[in-house]
Amino acid sequence: MTETPLFQYTLRLADTALILGHRLSEWVGHSPVIEEDLAFGNMGLDLIGQARALYTYAGAIEAKGRDEDALAYLRDAGDYRNLLLVEQPNGDFAATMVRQLLYAAFAHPYFEALSGSKDETLAAIAAKAAKEMAYHVRHAAEWTIRLGDGTDESHARAQDALDELWPYTGEMFEADQVERALIDTGIAVDPAPLRALWSKSIEDVLAEATLARPRDGHMQSGGRSGRHSEHLGHILSELQFLQRAYPGATW
Amino acid sequence: MSDKSWPLWEVFIRTRNGLAHRHVGSVHAVDATMALHAARDTYTRRGEGLSVWVVPSNAITASDPADKDMMFEPTASKIYRHPTFYDIPDDVGHM
Repeated sequence: MTETPLFQYTLRLADTALILGHRLSEWVGHSPVIEEDLAFGNMGLDLIGQARALYTYAGAIEAKGRDEDALAYLRDAGDYRNLLLVEQPNGDFAATMVRQLLYAAFAHPYFEALSGSKDETLAAIAAKAAKEMAYHVRHAAEWTIRLGDGTDESHARAQDALDELWPYTGEMFEADQVERALIDTGIAVDPAPLRALWSKSIEDVLAEATLARPRDGHMQSGGRSGRHSEHLGHILSELQFLQRAYPGATW
Repeated sequence: MSDKSWPLWEVFIRTRNGLAHRHVGSVHAVDATMALHAARDTYTRRGEGLSVWVVPSNAITASDPADKDMMFEPTASKIYRHPTFYDIPDDVGHM
């Protein structure tokens, strides 16, 4: 193992941001209304911007000449370390909004905490990301409330999405040995204490949305070590196509 | 799914401190909160805004274009209302 914990940690954050950003970009041109088309584009670009900054930093830490493009476009699925939650399919509008809420309600306090990191670069990236994720929380929460407390059909779809995605939320609060060392030195954020805060903000939204909080059963895990669902390969086949087919292409 | 379209909202944005909100366009949204989100996402993507207002389009009472002559024509002959007939002393400088 030649990869340093800081490199791995930065890459995990970058991969999660890129994959979710890509997922949101898949909505562009397909949203129910142009206003939401732009909202998805905006949120997707927030995330891809976070990914770019993090990949650039990861490349600098590694110091093997890999830039943001090399890290994003030239690694296979097994080398990706994103959370499983963010690679789940967009499904319908409710599924995308619920997924966005579940992640953003975690990412917002997480980046706020990371903005106090002893690593100045991570702290700066996190400070910017925290503001972006605050809006994602608000937007996804308002939609979740309206879908849950809307028609019978929108309620059913939102509840289905919640039940479907819930088993992927446990992974957000895991910290393995890689992160533990960085947490102890004040560089990484310990996600475990954020769980109560996350639960509270999710429960507040669900109550207003008249949606039922799923029970905490078996939680899916493995994204941090490269064990992904079948969906990631399909995402990468589209995301990486250009650089794979035309290596070094620029525009 | 309902075919009923969402209400229309007019969007006003203040670009810099000290300047008034200006009408920039409109959005469709289910209610005021979502209209504010839609306005933010649609009209402030290039750093245009520091403040956004949304107003239900149907709350605006507008003059009838057919009344144009009655409403606006009478002022055309009252050029003395424009403050362009005063000699400004040089000492005042640029006004």
